[in-house]
Amino acid sequence: MKFVDEFRDADKAHALAAKIAALCEPGRQYKLMEVCGGHTHTIYKHGLEDYLPESITLVHGPGCPVCVIPMGRVDDAMALASGPDVIMTSFGDMMRVPGSTGSFFDAKAAGTDIRMVYSPLDSLKIARNNPDKRVVFMAIGFETTAPSTAMTIMRAAAENLPNFSVFCNHVTIIPAIKAILDSPDLRLDGFIGPGHVSTVIGCRPYEFIARDYGKPVVTAGFEPLDILQSIYMLMLQLSEGRSEVENQYSRVVPWDGNVTALKVIGETMELRPYFEWRGLGFISHSALKVREKYARFDAELLFDVPGVRVADPKACQCGEVLKGVLKPWECKVFGTACTPETPIGTCMVSPEGACAAYYNFGRMNRRRVKEAVTIEVGRP
Amino acid sequence: MSPNQPGGPGAPGAPTRGAGPGEAQDISQPGAPRAGWVERALREHDEHHEQVPDREQQVLDRIARARRRRPRVREERITMSHGAGGKATATLIEAIFLDAFRNPLLEPLEDAASLTIGGTRIALTTDSYVVSPLFFPGGDIGELAINGTVNDLAVSGATPLYLSAGFILEEGFPVADLTRIAESMRAAAAAAGISVVTGDTKVVQRGKADGCYINTAGVGLLDRDVALGVANAQPGDAIVISGPIGDHGVTIMLARGELDIEADIQSDTAPLNGLVAGLLDAVPGVRAMRDATRGGVATILNEIAKSADVGVLVNEDDIPVRPAVRGAAELLGIDPMYVACEGRLVAVVAGDQADQALAALRTHPLGTQASIIGHVTDGPPGIVHLNTAFGGTRIVDLLVGDPLPRIC
Repeated sequence: MKFVDEFRDADKAHALAAKIAALCEPGRQYKLMEVCGGHTHTIYKHGLEDYLPESITLVHGPGCPVCVIPMGRVDDAMALASGPDVIMTSFGDMMRVPGSTGSFFDAKAAGTDIRMVYSPLDSLKIARNNPDKRVVFMAIGFETTAPSTAMTIMRAAAENLPNFSVFCNHVTIIPAIKAILDSPDLRLDGFIGPGHVSTVIGCRPYEFIARDYGKPVVTAGFEPLDILQSIYMLMLQLSEGRSEVENQYSRVVPWDGNVTALKVIGETMELRPYFEWRGLGFISHSALKVREKYARFDAELLFDVPGVRVADPKACQCGEVLKGVLKPWECKVFGTACTPETPIGTCMVSPEGACAAYYNFGRMNRRRVKEAVTIEVGRP
Repeated sequence: MSPNQPGGPGAPGAPTRGAGPGEAQDISQPGAPRAGWVERALREHDEHHEQVPDREQQVLDRIARARRRRPRVREERITMSHGAGGKATATLIEAIFLDAFRNPLLEPLEDAASLTIGGTRIALTTDSYVVSPLFFPGGDIGELAINGTVNDLAVSGATPLYLSAGFILEEGFPVADLTRIAESMRAAAAAAGISVVTGDTKVVQRGKADGCYINTAGVGLLDRDVALGVANAQPGDAIVISGPIGDHGVTIMLARGELDIEADIQSDTAPLNGLVAGLLDAVPGVRAMRDATRGGVATILNEIAKSADVGVLVNEDDIPVRPAVRGAAELLGIDPMYVACEGRLVAVVAGDQADQALAALRTHPLGTQASIIGHVTDGPPGIVHLNTAFGGTRIVDLLVGDPLPRIC
């Protein structure tokens, strides 16, 4: 298939893998963080780690929209959804995220009107078709999804829709990366920069990482060869002693981002003074709320939102996984108490969550499998 | 890398991480106190770094044990996941229905039960149809209701003979639509060479059903001297699929009109009894067949691995998927391996007869794109591995819940 197969070419991958291996200094260990959950998903889904030498470890970062939503916000959303005449709308990923009393799926089964949408604009359609109901859109995601929420708010304003509002949980990526850089838990050698976020914010905001922290950043696309090439570019920088921001995903990411998208975000939303991230705690200026100008579409003002902070379950180590301190399987409850069917932590919910990706795709001893494959019965 | 770092303090197996009282501490606020357990976790991680393969294997073994535990339904209410054909469905069936009805004929959980009545071996099966929309490109609920039950009998090795049909109709349902459905069932029954010989009709109040639901049950004659079952799979066996996967499921998703995607795809609904007869005539070494409906090919592969306690290895490159299906699935972030087909079968065949099976399938119009997609291995039992087209390896697990589109 065009635009897909050429980015999954095994021959090119072998060639790149050889170049990457050649750049590894003997005895040195490399830790590279892929910030974005979409990258984590690709890495596991295509078995990309099979191409990397043992001295390179990929560390999974916090860029999974569902994973960073704290339990209290889920509870808030649940309280909103159970209000009279409310239709709650949400992306599919959000449906299984556990709050302290269950997930959207559980609430839906118990009779709460929660509907899955593919775009926030679908929520507008539901609002138009149900004038006697109050339709709330559960907005989540980084700068990637914020523009579509912003456009939806602007359209609702243009139509003067009285029964639509947004429960805004949009977060921004830079403060999260900064929190990780400032946390002494982890020694990273470089970053595979988030691709989708960068289509909106561009590559310029990462310059401080290279300049102030001396870590190379390569913004990467989402096909496996994109990621492998980004790893090669990072390794090249490291071997040459450079730390720069480079753009591997230039076919989609403009260096200065998408000005129109940034403009609509700025028109409808503003930074919150602080916001709680799951496992990472409160991070200042790290999330967006609806601007006062559009207050009539802000569910937090229209409804009584409890806003109670709920501590994560004790056994859950999502925070350490999100920061890359622990690999998914190193969490105490991974795969036994916490599974995709009965997730305790958010990282086990979204297909972009590091734990779910590892559990669903990577739950194996790669070396043993490779050995088994070589003795496999010859194919006819 | 040495498997055991010399003199590593604490030795393997002792990673007790004291969860301190400050569990929910905020570490990003400037000046906030940091809980000591993070450092401990980090230190332990470094100490055990050299032993990672072993420790990871220990975790994998623990998970494998946890997965073999008796399934239990934890939810208080039925959710849509229980009907999606993945893990939740399997749990529901094993924990509630198998528990209540347990008997040796039910226990294999095959597509149809094999019974002996007065010395005659027959197969019995039933299936309900609730597809929405009722009419879709390539078929409708009526055709599906005939083919689905015919196929469950066929893949059990039976010659399908007689079907029952039960209708649950919603008040207000157009008679013209019902006529159309019945006509389509008549045509499908004729094509499959079976008769609908008994039936039932119920009407429920408006709002209590979605137009029209159909249940069909079927009996067939087990007239061949074969005993098929996924538990028969042995290392070295080949896994063969009869054609491109995912057509039906993607067609339905698009026909619902919620996605604003258009593609030239239609449902693959078809009776498989002719194809199966050709395969069984030509290949004595067929060990099992399944039709890849709800849960898709991935679910069948997992059933093979679990029932026979073997490993399964498939090659992504060898799994046929139409470009339009692949394109839609890529856009939606859905894996075609989990998408339903209504006219495709997966067969487990003795390794030395794989080519024969392939040739037999390809001579039939429904099997022209048949393909050998992989093999049964003695690899980790109960686990399906996939060699990705990219050249890597991953596992293919049972689906959890409905395939949900990804956010970004």
